[in-house]
Amino acid sequence: MASTKRIKKIKFGLLSPQEIRKMGVTKIITADTYDDDGYPIEMGLMDPRLGVIDPGLRCRTCAGRPGECPGHFGRIELVAPVVHVGFAKLIRKILRATCRKCGRLLLEESVKKSYLDQIKLLNKLGQPYDEIVKNVFKDAIKANSCPYCEEAQMDIKFEQPTSYVEDGHKLMPADIRDRFERIPDEDIEVFGMDPKNARPEWMILRVLPVPPVTTRPSITLESGQRSEDDLTHKLVDIIRINQRFQENREAGAPQLIIEDLWELLQYHVTTFLDNEVSGVPPARHRSGRPLKSLSQRLKGKEGRFRGSLSGKRVNFSARTVISPDPNLSISEIGIPIQIAKELTIPVNVNSRNLEECKKCVLGGPNNYPGANYVKRLDGRRVKVIDENKAELAELLAPGCKIDRQLKDGDLVLFNRQPSLHRMSIMAHKVKVMPYQTFRINPAVCPPYNADFDGDEMNLHVLQTEEARAEAQILMKVEENLLSPRFGGPIIGGIHDHISGMFLLTRGNVTFDKYNAIELQKKLDSIALPDPAGYESGKPYWTGKQIFSQLLPSGLNLTYKSKMCDNCEVCLKEECKKDAYVVIKDGNLLCGTVDEIGIGAFAGKILDRIIKEYGSVEARKFLDNVTRLSIRMITRIGFSFGIDDEDIPGDAQEQIYDIILNAEDRVKRLIEAYEAGDLDPLPGRTIDETVELKIMQELGKARNQAGDIAGYHLGVDNSAVVMAISGARGSMLNLTQMAACVGQQSVRGERIQRGYMGRTLPHFYKGDLGADAHGFVKSSYKNGLSPIEFFFHAMGGREGLVDTAVRTSQSGYLQRRLINALQDLEVKYDGTVRETRGQIVQFVYGDDGVDPSKSDYGKSVNVRRIIQNVTGEALGG
Amino acid sequence: MKEFSVLNHNMVPEHILLTEDEVKALLEKYHVTTGQLPKIKTSDPVCKEINANAGDVVKIIRDSLIAGKALSYRLVIEG
Repeated sequence: MASTKRIKKIKFGLLSPQEIRKMGVTKIITADTYDDDGYPIEMGLMDPRLGVIDPGLRCRTCAGRPGECPGHFGRIELVAPVVHVGFAKLIRKILRATCRKCGRLLLEESVKKSYLDQIKLLNKLGQPYDEIVKNVFKDAIKANSCPYCEEAQMDIKFEQPTSYVEDGHKLMPADIRDRFERIPDEDIEVFGMDPKNARPEWMILRVLPVPPVTTRPSITLESGQRSEDDLTHKLVDIIRINQRFQENREAGAPQLIIEDLWELLQYHVTTFLDNEVSGVPPARHRSGRPLKSLSQRLKGKEGRFRGSLSGKRVNFSARTVISPDPNLSISEIGIPIQIAKELTIPVNVNSRNLEECKKCVLGGPNNYPGANYVKRLDGRRVKVIDENKAELAELLAPGCKIDRQLKDGDLVLFNRQPSLHRMSIMAHKVKVMPYQTFRINPAVCPPYNADFDGDEMNLHVLQTEEARAEAQILMKVEENLLSPRFGGPIIGGIHDHISGMFLLTRGNVTFDKYNAIELQKKLDSIALPDPAGYESGKPYWTGKQIFSQLLPSGLNLTYKSKMCDNCEVCLKEECKKDAYVVIKDGNLLCGTVDEIGIGAFAGKILDRIIKEYGSVEARKFLDNVTRLSIRMITRIGFSFGIDDEDIPGDAQEQIYDIILNAEDRVKRLIEAYEAGDLDPLPGRTIDETVELKIMQELGKARNQAGDIAGYHLGVDNSAVVMAISGARGSMLNLTQMAACVGQQSVRGERIQRGYMGRTLPHFYKGDLGADAHGFVKSSYKNGLSPIEFFFHAMGGREGLVDTAVRTSQSGYLQRRLINALQDLEVKYDGTVRETRGQIVQFVYGDDGVDPSKSDYGKSVNVRRIIQNVTGEALGG
Repeated sequence: MKEFSVLNHNMVPEHILLTEDEVKALLEKYHVTTGQLPKIKTSDPVCKEINANAGDVVKIIRDSLIAGKALSYRLVIEG
């Protein structure tokens, strides 16, 4: 076996012409690739000594077969030297910093020495010396004459991308090369370069290394035609020009033609190395597509480094669209059967699972549940196909290994990008289903931040027992109900779950026996307590009772629900809105269950069950609550339409009056302002004061209009139910739909921009009135006037731009934070340390508490402990 | 100019120089060498005030919103 080698050092430098010649196995002189028989031409671009790609041939250099032979470099001897584009800027700097006659660095001996010492010191310390090198160039460029030979220095102009002009004369690469050759070794060190590994003249190419064929394989099209790689095309161009150049020069062509050809050669070499240099038209394929140069292969997101080396692709994974299925458990995931057939789990065959494994193999790859591969006792891996499945099943014995298809109950990892927190990857139990999408319970959407408007998610199948154990303990959905961010539930009821629970538990909704049982149909267990009462001889049950069936016995909890108005004197159990929730011994006695009860991020009942009864119990509770509430909401037929925004005529009238009054008051404010009667608010100018007061007045009007609309819509309106239960939307949204959209703003103030002194030509200059600055009187239901619509679009656009900017900014902020913190670890002694063992914090978070095990960030909830011990709720 | 001590500023936490024995106990407790402790430079105003020299260890008692008081130790280094 090969021993492991350890990389001690990596050295970077420039290739010298000698090195290029040494590593090039052959000179390339013809631009042709293959002869008529399809064999590579010697000393052509596909020379067999450069490596092999055609199967059946052997490399003429290393005798390796395709796949074994790594490929070998060739070389092209350029007739005239050319500049390497990658070093164009550095060449300019060195040209300016060295003497045009003697080649020495334009610095006094003493200055040079001090710089050199600094660089050597930093180099010894292993620290970067870029700053010092920058200063060297800055100082040297200032010199007007050489301190050694007193030659006057000329200004060197750099013309993008590769030409240098000195005093009106173009510097040819050969001249530059001559100059660089004169630079003494000790001066090169002052540039921060190592003269043994990187002489500046090596930045001018005289020999061009030809990359091995393995890096630019040609492909054979279906028609039998060969299609060459972009790099090969480019090399062909270079060779052709090189030849023409030589012929012309030997024939004694005029200087002008020579210079033209030289420039052309420069162009081809440049675009071979980098086809995206500014100032150079990109070299194109015959079809007009720009050619892919060496630098484009490496750089960027899809380049070799980020795309091929750091970017890892994994096996045993799947990706498809997600869709909701409220009947699944939150810890389950529905997987399309096609995917289940493709993904496998390795199973070691032993005497106890032999029969089961045989059945799988007999199923073959197409009859689910089957097996896709068998590793026989002789170590051979055989693909199971319908033809050989019977034989393979017969030969199956303990010690074999099979790749079994995914089946119900397997643990898989499920992930949605961007993976911003640890809940972005959780372990789910497989449930194989028909159709093409992954199915998840909508309650697990918040941690993934997923919705079903076309989102796709990834799935990974765990391949080892260790991985499965780890996922089981750490990554299951139920282990991630609590967020490590604030110690409360991050998974909980959403949308319809909350509306449904709200409708079920609000007031005294009653059900007869049939309906009460019907409601519970999808639950784990169906049970009815003693009936709440009798109506005309028939027993009935309340919604609160049915909900209580889901609560674990012994649960005690008291809280105020979302509806609570925070009255001065709390009526507690007698609350008119049924907003005071009391749970005693697992029975909901009064109050309405809403977002604060079971919602994600807020749910108090949920939170308590997780912390007191454990994650499995909590998962069951959540599964049941979501199913119950979905059934409830379906029974009701919860819906919303345009006519739900209707409010009675007199209410409309009232709203109109309120707005008219407000406009009136605004008018008076403006009059007072113009008369100079307005007192400025502290710290504000008069102008700001009047703006502020107008905004206040209009805001008040909108709120009043909203109150009236809310009152007339009534608590049974679907949108109102959603708003007050916290399921979706707010009363403000409703106000805007039914009563009045209100003030539009840009940059936090009324709309001021537009024309000189006015927002639109419809208004007088200096008009401060409500409608001239973006107050929208209409409701969305009634429709906006053209002017209102315009202002509304202004405000809307600002919001859109803000979100776009914010997401990218906060994303980058988060990325930097994660990169800085990712290696920190809380050790067993409670200290936070980085990889070297350096202590960062002596006690994690100053209190050593894991926030996901804490109670909303607090380490102990005293109130809860007292309540548990005494069984009595603490006042307040 | 009026002279004042940075130690009296209410945003400067309490810094205490540790004795050699205390340092030994500290290193024992966390199984660390002095190099693994967070650093503080001798040029730090507090270090100047309490005459801490390179190689000393200071104990810092900070007010913490979460835990009330939080302890930290820093090694004094040249600089």
